[in-house]
Amino acid sequence: MTAPLLVTEGLVAGWERPVTPPLSLSLAAGEIVGLVGPNGVGKSTYLSALTGVALVFAGRLDKRPGLRLALQTQATPPFGGLPLCGSDLLKLTGATSEGLPPWLADKLGWRLDSLSGGQRHFLALWAVLRAPADVILLDEPTNNLDTAGVAHLGDALRRRAGEGAGLLVVSHDHEFVDTVCHRIVEVGEGRP
Amino acid sequence: MTEFFSPIFLQPFLIGLCFALLLPLFGCYLRLRDEWLAAFAYAHVAAAGALCAMAFELPLVLGGAGLAVVAALLKRLVASRLAGGTAYALLLLSGWAAAVLLTSNLPMAERLGHALFDGQLYFADTPQLVISLACLVVALPLLAWLSRHLLLVQLYPAFFSARQLPAWRVHLGFDLLAVAVLAVATMSLGVMGAFALVFVPPWVAFARASSWRRGLVFSALLGLGGYVLAFLLALQLDQPFGPVLAVVLIALGIVGLPNRRHCT
Repeated sequence: MTAPLLVTEGLVAGWERPVTPPLSLSLAAGEIVGLVGPNGVGKSTYLSALTGVALVFAGRLDKRPGLRLALQTQATPPFGGLPLCGSDLLKLTGATSEGLPPWLADKLGWRLDSLSGGQRHFLALWAVLRAPADVILLDEPTNNLDTAGVAHLGDALRRRAGEGAGLLVVSHDHEFVDTVCHRIVEVGEGRP
Repeated sequence: MTEFFSPIFLQPFLIGLCFALLLPLFGCYLRLRDEWLAAFAYAHVAAAGALCAMAFELPLVLGGAGLAVVAALLKRLVASRLAGGTAYALLLLSGWAAAVLLTSNLPMAERLGHALFDGQLYFADTPQLVISLACLVVALPLLAWLSRHLLLVQLYPAFFSARQLPAWRVHLGFDLLAVAVLAVATMSLGVMGAFALVFVPPWVAFARASSWRRGLVFSALLGLGGYVLAFLLALQLDQPFGPVLAVVLIALGIVGLPNRRHCT
C-alpha cells in the first residue's frame, strides 16, 4: 500500500481563534473522500488549513514532500466584464480540456460572461479539477449545477482519481457524496 | 506635415509612442484589479514629484518616479486599513494639492506645471527618449512574465495560495513597475494624457474583446492609433496635446464599443 498523500491527526484549524473540532483523516492517491457536517462546523476552514491559509491551532498535519494542491472555493471567480474565454481560464491553471462535457467543449471560445451561471461554474470548477495537482480540494462543487452537470462532475472526479489524484470533497449534497466518494468523514461527529 | 519629421517633433513623438504602447497594456491589468483610479492618483503624485525635483534642481524624472514609488510603497503598507479606492483617492488629492501649490508658489515651476497638466510634450529631450525606450524594453517582458500570476491571483486566489505562491510579491512587483512606467509617462504626456491612455483603451477592449490576448492587442492598437491621430491633429490645429488625445481616444472608444465575438 502506498503512503497517504496527506494525513491529519486531531487537527484544529481557525483564523483568529480555533473554529473546527479536532479532525483526523488520511487521503491516499486515487481516493475520493467526502467531508460532511452541519453548517458552520468549519469544513471550509479545514480545507483552507490544508493549503496553509488558515491557522492550525492543534493537532498534526503531514503532507507528502512536494505535494501539489489545488483548491476550489465556494466563491465564484470575478469574471464579469473581463475579456476572458474558457480557453483562457484552462490555460491559466494549466488544466486540460480533455473530457469536458460536449455542452461546454464547443463553448471554450466564448466569453465567460456570456455563458450561463451553471456553465461558468462548471468551467471554473473544471479549471481547478483538471489542473496539474496531486490533491484536489473541492468546496461544495455541486452548487449551481443541474442534474447533467452533477453527473458529469461525478464522472470527472472518478476519472481524476483513476489518474492517481486524491480528492477531498466538502458537500451538502448527500446523494452526490454517497455516489461518488469512496469514504465519508463526518466533521463534528460527537460534538456537544 | 513635413514639420512632423523634424527632430523637434520626431523626438517627442517617439517618446509618446513608447507609452502609447505601454500604458494601455498596464491599463488592462489595472482594470483587471479594479485599480484604474490608481493610475490617475499616481500620475498626480508623479507631477508633484517632478515639481519638487525642479525646486531642488534634481532631474524631473527622478523626482516624479521617486515620489510615485514611495507613494506606492506607503499605499501597500496601509492598504489593509483603507478599504476600496480610499487610498488612491487620498493619493490623488495629495498629489493634486501639492502640484498646484508648487506651481503657484514657485515661479520656475509654472511652465512645467502647465505642461504636466496640459500635456504639451514640451520637455521631451534625448535623455528622456532614452529613458522611455529603456522603460519599454524593461517593462514589456516583466509585464509578460507577471501576466499569468496577476490573472491567477485575481481570479483564483485560493488556487494561488494553495500552490504556496507569495501573492504579495506579485502585487508589489506589479505596483512598482506600473508606478514607475506611469510616472515617467506623466513627465512626457502629462497627467491627463497618461491617464487617458491607461483608462480608455482597456475600457473599450474589455467590452469588445473575446479573449485576454485579444483584449491586450486591441487595447494596444487603440492606444497607438489614438496617439498617432492625436499627435497629428494637435500639431496641425496647434492645440495642446493632452486634451486632443483625450478627445480622440474617447471618440474612438465610443465608435469601438462593443460587439462581442467568440474567440477560436
